[in-house]
Amino acid sequence: MSTLEVSPVEPLSGETGRTVVNDFSIQVATVNGSGSQTANTVLMRAIFQMGIPVSGKNMFPSNIAGLPTWFTIRASKRGYIGRRKEIDFLVAMNPETAREDVMKLESGTAVVYDEPLKLDQLRSDLHFYPVPFDKLVAPVCPDPRLRKLVRNMIYDGVVAHLLSIEMEEVRQALIKQFGKKKAKAADLNWGAAQAGFDYALKTFTKRDPYRVERMNATAGKIIIDGNSACALGAMFAGVTVVTWYPITPSSSLVEALIGYMKRFRHDPETGKSTYAIVQAEDELASIGMALGAGWAGARSMTATAGPGISLMSEFVGLGYYADVPVVIYDVERVGPSTGLPTRTQQGDLLTTAILSHGDTKHPMFFPCSPEECFTMSIEAFDFAERFQTPVFIMSDLDLGMNNWMADPFPYPEKPIERGKVLTAEDLNKLGGFARYRDIDGDGVGYRTLPGTNHPHASYFTRGSGHNEKAQYTEREDDYIHNMDRLAHKFEVMRKQVPEPAVDIRKNAEIGFIALGTSDYAVRESRDQLRAEYGIDASYLRVKAYPFSTDVAEFIRRHDRVYVVDQNRDAQLLALMRLELEPDLIARLRSVRYYGGLPLDARTVTEEVVKQEGR
Amino acid sequence: MSTTATPPPKKVNHIGLEVINYKGSKTTLCAGCGHNAVSERIVECFYELGVQPWTVAKFSGIGCSSKSPAYFLGLSHGFNGVHGRMPAIATGAILANRTLMGLGVTGDGDTASIGIGQFMHLVRRNMPMIYVIENNGVYGLTKGQFSATADVGSTLKSGAPNDLPPFDCCALALKWGATFVARSFSGDKKQLQAILKVAIAHQGLSVIDVISPCVTFNDHLGSTKSYTYMKDHEEPLHELDFVPFFEDLAVDIPEGEVTDVALHDGSHLRIRKLERDFDPTNRLAALAALEEAEAKGEVLTGVLYVNTAKPTFVELLNLPDEPIATLPESMVRPAKAVLDQVMEELR
Repeated sequence: MSTLEVSPVEPLSGETGRTVVNDFSIQVATVNGSGSQTANTVLMRAIFQMGIPVSGKNMFPSNIAGLPTWFTIRASKRGYIGRRKEIDFLVAMNPETAREDVMKLESGTAVVYDEPLKLDQLRSDLHFYPVPFDKLVAPVCPDPRLRKLVRNMIYDGVVAHLLSIEMEEVRQALIKQFGKKKAKAADLNWGAAQAGFDYALKTFTKRDPYRVERMNATAGKIIIDGNSACALGAMFAGVTVVTWYPITPSSSLVEALIGYMKRFRHDPETGKSTYAIVQAEDELASIGMALGAGWAGARSMTATAGPGISLMSEFVGLGYYADVPVVIYDVERVGPSTGLPTRTQQGDLLTTAILSHGDTKHPMFFPCSPEECFTMSIEAFDFAERFQTPVFIMSDLDLGMNNWMADPFPYPEKPIERGKVLTAEDLNKLGGFARYRDIDGDGVGYRTLPGTNHPHASYFTRGSGHNEKAQYTEREDDYIHNMDRLAHKFEVMRKQVPEPAVDIRKNAEIGFIALGTSDYAVRESRDQLRAEYGIDASYLRVKAYPFSTDVAEFIRRHDRVYVVDQNRDAQLLALMRLELEPDLIARLRSVRYYGGLPLDARTVTEEVVKQEGR
Repeated sequence: MSTTATPPPKKVNHIGLEVINYKGSKTTLCAGCGHNAVSERIVECFYELGVQPWTVAKFSGIGCSSKSPAYFLGLSHGFNGVHGRMPAIATGAILANRTLMGLGVTGDGDTASIGIGQFMHLVRRNMPMIYVIENNGVYGLTKGQFSATADVGSTLKSGAPNDLPPFDCCALALKWGATFVARSFSGDKKQLQAILKVAIAHQGLSVIDVISPCVTFNDHLGSTKSYTYMKDHEEPLHELDFVPFFEDLAVDIPEGEVTDVALHDGSHLRIRKLERDFDPTNRLAALAALEEAEAKGEVLTGVLYVNTAKPTFVELLNLPDEPIATLPESMVRPAKAVLDQVMEELR
């Protein structure tokens, strides 16, 4: 099956003298379902606890057990936490992929591997550290059934020794991982980690240059995945009705939310909960329930991924046309169709912007970090009710499912904003109301909630043609008037969506525009461009659609603007094309990556350099 | 020649509202459409039982039947959603505000075809609401295609016969665990009134399949959902009498003839036996009766099943008594200490 050729390479001349501190990436290749997640998380956390900026990215298959999975930990003293393509340190645990994994490595890479795989016979230009995992695991794990799970912990000990990671931090990370309730499991794993450390200590002579040294760059920071951050945001936004249908990579968002809500929104004394979470029969139902709840006055949400977005299309059009608030999380994965369900992409931008038939436009928020997952969630619920419309939070698998180092989240300062809702008292004063009349000039009418105790509270919500009083109409003027109101509302949103983050470099001829998780690669690429090519690049990160007017200004300031897309069809660029003047469109260039892995800086840099003719 | 006459005192229900407060806008359905009769029964029942109209939320999907919520209870909020997915909208709204009385009106296209999945899950959850199927065996608004409740051998207006077996929405609802299942005929005023009143009183999901003839596309000789066919084939299981909670129960009950079902709100359903013995608390018997009737070509009407014990979805979710939609901020946004605690755990 392997067609790789083993090419003769110069044997290593030895790298004594060169050390690389706090700037490398470790890749762990395992089989999914083998418990490697724990070992990888502990390793990442131990480095984090030593104060070094770190990121962890899980590249896993759409499968429960038995297929290859890779986990990459990047330590970066300069704080780069995007993906790095190059691997400096490989832990090869998977016999299926070991050969290919090793053949792809750059010369000089360190390889910890399971001894029987005999990987050292493949190449002579790598630093090999063979470990007899099965021999080491038996004495520390008497129960043979658990050995498969505990075995991986051994490489944590080996790597800790080779990279000078403090074992006390490994132990603390283990305790954190297992919690107080699973002290036995933590002990068992600690034994395995120690066995690995001891073996490495007495067996290996350090030959690779990589090592960890304590820093103070992570003090006060937290580690969290984007989905959990969104869940926390939704809870602190005061969400009351949550509907969902399981789909990777959004399931863990709602599962995290269920966990938090049970802890903090349930009263054990009364046995009552201040929320309803419903696992629906499909995405058609989950969006329908969320809209029904939003119509009835709840802060409602659903979370899904691309296939679910496609299914929700019709209902989202109803939400747009009938002015119903709802928050929809789209944790994007690789499409089209089923695509690569466990890989990341920003491929739903165009679809979502105009989701549903007819003329529709929807606001989208683009968080790039756990902090923004949290703050934008809170903002999105306010925004949905202020504008009475579906609001999308566009996350992706990289952000949603990977663990990120983040600043602690700020408690919301502003009270919850429920939008234009008329009470029975208001109706007494007004005598009545017209649901879709634009009284305030912002395109947003006043609504009443069903159940309002007043004979004039009712109105009829429909997806068919309606006039200002929400009555059925097929009249040309009524229809146009209503559609123009909705278009105007969208223009008002443009001034109230989260503003872009702009970093102008003086005299820069070129600029970047990107969104979401592309941020990490773009920031690092800007440094690479300056350091390696003397190219200065400004940067605007859009945080929302509709794009604020700052975007046009930014483009005007630069000769060439590279729009970074994690999709094949340059969807972010295409969305801009719909709105910008032709002279500005002419300045846009495209940098695209759509292979399903998190975007890395080198890919961006190389593409820009190529297009700049350097 | 002017005279000043005192107008006669207005007739009001026990909460002081007139029947006009329960009406909607003028129907735009065809004259003679069964759905109009159903709308009239809804107006009468909600008026007679004194339901506060603004505590009701009306839901519908797409089709002729789904237009009808505009024609009754004009003082109630209404939501005319998308085809076949009224159950989802209703579920969300009722979870947001459990004090709403949900009234869904749908058709056989909405329920038995595009929306059958949502119908099943609504039944499975026992959502507390009324679910009326205005069943005419045909797609009216798209001008006369068969629906999934059309009987084998029944014909389109053109004479083309249906060769696929029908879904019996009552049998399916029974199978899926519905807690109130009834079938009626839009032309049977007294029975439909009694059934609707039970549905208003029932605290779980009430599934009511109303054979409601389409005068334009399915009222011809070859139809099994026509007025004529129903007059010849309707087979009432029993006579129904509804005694609301605010009325005196002490009416003579003939011995052995009447079964009394006590409902949650204090109302009672009295079932007067006709030819057969039928126990509406026996689900298997109801299924068997439907099977037998189908074999004989009869359309069995009446209360097929009632179960007042099964918890509703709202109860399973442990929701508070007040609507969660409008809980104050202090109850839905945890304190800063909670965020601090979670952040500490993540360090």
